Amino acid sequence: MGILRRNLTAYGFLCAALFCFAVFAWYPMVREFVLSFQKTDLINPPEWVGLDNFKAAVADPAFGEAWLNTVEFTVLALLCGYAVPFVVALVLNELRHARAYLRFVVYLPVMLPPIVAVLLFRWFYDPGPGLFNQVLDFFHLPTLAWLDSSSTALISLVLVSTWMNMGSATLIYLAALQNIPPELYEAAELDGAGILKRVRHVTIPQTKLILLLMLMLQIVATMQVFIEPYMLTGGGPENATVSVAYLMYQFAFSQMNYGQAGALGMMLMLALLVFAAFQLRTTREDQA
Amino acid sequence: MLVTALGISATACGSGESPQSSASGGAANVTITVACQPAKTAPKDRQAWDDDVAAFMKAHPGVTVKSTDQQPCFDPKTFGPKLAGGQMETVFVVPMTNYGDVIAQGQALDITQYTSLIKNWNDLRPDHRELLVKDGKTYGVPNVHYSVGLVYNRALFTKAGLDPNTPPRTWAEVREAAKKIAGLGAGYVGYGEYSGGNTGGWHFTQAIYGRGGSVLTDDNKKAAFNSPEGKAVLQNLHDMRWVDNSMGSKLLVGWESLMMAMGSGKVGMMLGAPDVVTDVVTKFKGKVDDYGITGFPEAKASLSGGEAYMINPKATPEQAKAGMEWIDFRFNTVGKGRFDFARGKAIGNPVGVPDNAVYGDSPTGKAIQADRVKNASLPVENYQTYVDSAATVPPKAEPLHAQELYAILDVAMSGVLSRKDASVDQLLADAETKANAMLAAKG
Repeated sequence: MGILRRNLTAYGFLCAALFCFAVFAWYPMVREFVLSFQKTDLINPPEWVGLDNFKAAVADPAFGEAWLNTVEFTVLALLCGYAVPFVVALVLNELRHARAYLRFVVYLPVMLPPIVAVLLFRWFYDPGPGLFNQVLDFFHLPTLAWLDSSSTALISLVLVSTWMNMGSATLIYLAALQNIPPELYEAAELDGAGILKRVRHVTIPQTKLILLLMLMLQIVATMQVFIEPYMLTGGGPENATVSVAYLMYQFAFSQMNYGQAGALGMMLMLALLVFAAFQLRTTREDQA
Repeated sequence: MLVTALGISATACGSGESPQSSASGGAANVTITVACQPAKTAPKDRQAWDDDVAAFMKAHPGVTVKSTDQQPCFDPKTFGPKLAGGQMETVFVVPMTNYGDVIAQGQALDITQYTSLIKNWNDLRPDHRELLVKDGKTYGVPNVHYSVGLVYNRALFTKAGLDPNTPPRTWAEVREAAKKIAGLGAGYVGYGEYSGGNTGGWHFTQAIYGRGGSVLTDDNKKAAFNSPEGKAVLQNLHDMRWVDNSMGSKLLVGWESLMMAMGSGKVGMMLGAPDVVTDVVTKFKGKVDDYGITGFPEAKASLSGGEAYMINPKATPEQAKAGMEWIDFRFNTVGKGRFDFARGKAIGNPVGVPDNAVYGDSPTGKAIQADRVKNASLPVENYQTYVDSAATVPPKAEPLHAQELYAILDVAMSGVLSRKDASVDQLLADAETKANAMLAAKG
């Protein structure tokens, strides 16, 4: 009782946060769960339909493509968005000059509203006067169709996503790198370790927790990709960029099928829960 | 999450302004909310609307009109949640594609007893009034009707050595004109077409209707687009894109991208209704004198569209009556409200586009047309071939499960526009399989 009284202010703040979570995060999740078993137009009383919404979502012609695209996007986004910021952070950490300036440059894209960044890339990707093809043309390289070909559209979206999110990831990695005691590097150097060995034997073990956390967070974030296909490709060409989140949007707001959208949302949430559980377990093991 | 959050936010705020009325001293004081007030970004149009509201209230003592300025008036993303949350206006607009759902869900008032308040009710086209009737009861006032034609850039026609006064009448002529326009140089697109976000499938439907084909069989049980007409649509697009190189190298994914391209003045032609011209001019900086619209090439039928005003089913009889009087005053009176073409011209609107045939050639329709021509601020002769053609082409409604079918047909459209080696037969066969599976699942 004494502990409770001493921490009353803290519990007060906690309650406010819990209230916000309950209203804006948990309640919608519960509602979505319920919605996925109902047929509703949000107007008349809903009708319980069991697993019909799930069956209809699975039977949708774009269902398989949406999942394949989402997994492919996630893998490609991890290859670019997970490794590149780590390397950039390593370089920034090693720099002695202009470090603050370069950090600002790397972080700058994060300050752009996503919609602006996406529109900027729409111009970069323009097959005619777009920046990327102008550059390729300048070096006498073959130009690409970028968003306008089913073979390049998805990777084009990955590049946008990586560019938009690289700044945040880099700063988090950089913070982790700067927490590594310098003595460890000094000892490694005295033992004759080169830069690659220092990274392998000092940097990676020391940042293991943050690397795992970022891996899980990025999987969870990239699997919900929506704004890029919504703004740049409309899911095309030939469904090459339809993601699960985009298909969910189509179900809800093109087809007015809220229950089917809810069912697909639940499937995506279940898939992401696996990664979240894995992340929790790994974190716990590491802390133990 | 996205879905429920929207629904919940609407429901949470759902108390809204409850319709109410009270009698005071024998004169009914009634408040109604009305949709479609122009946005603040269009101050002259907004002022004209507000002036109409003031004039209406002066002519109807005891009636208070409150406007909402959601743009667009009908937004599919918020329509359901607004209805669910009790936020829908007393008088709201519904597009033709949604008439059936709104009426079936009991979200529109039976206005049969109030139709006489629309003074020109009998002049409204019977086929459009009929769309709003269920079981002998009327649920809305038709507000706009249009059919598809071929929108073209007259300035580009002249520049390419084509005669803008004799626009293409066949697809072969469209193809020839597109080649000449694309031949003007880099960045010029002879013919623009959609490819994603369901707009590709929507335009496929327009094109196949024009060629006399259908998207579904008559009983709506099977797909019918894998047909000679469907193949002709895709083959023609494929050949224009890859053989003639007259469609540019960039996919025009959705509504906005094609409108922007048209507004830039470098796209020669597209399928569209006359309102495309209005949008290109008012929203995408196109030069009004440059555009014209002609009949749908070789048209055997034309996808029709439009909208109607409906009354909130929770409205009291006094509110329903006031709402109908507002609809009559603002949207159905020659020379007043939206048909005040003299005012439209004075505030700089593009007056003269034949963007509404809801009155057909009835006395009201003729009076509106005469007034529109009299006050035209743009060359009405640019639209005459469309007007002549539209009168002879039968309208055809959108297919059942339109959006699901459009999503499937997007794939075929983007296929021929993005791959030189695309097989039209394969694309249509794949789409047919998907559509039939979807139709079977829907029962």
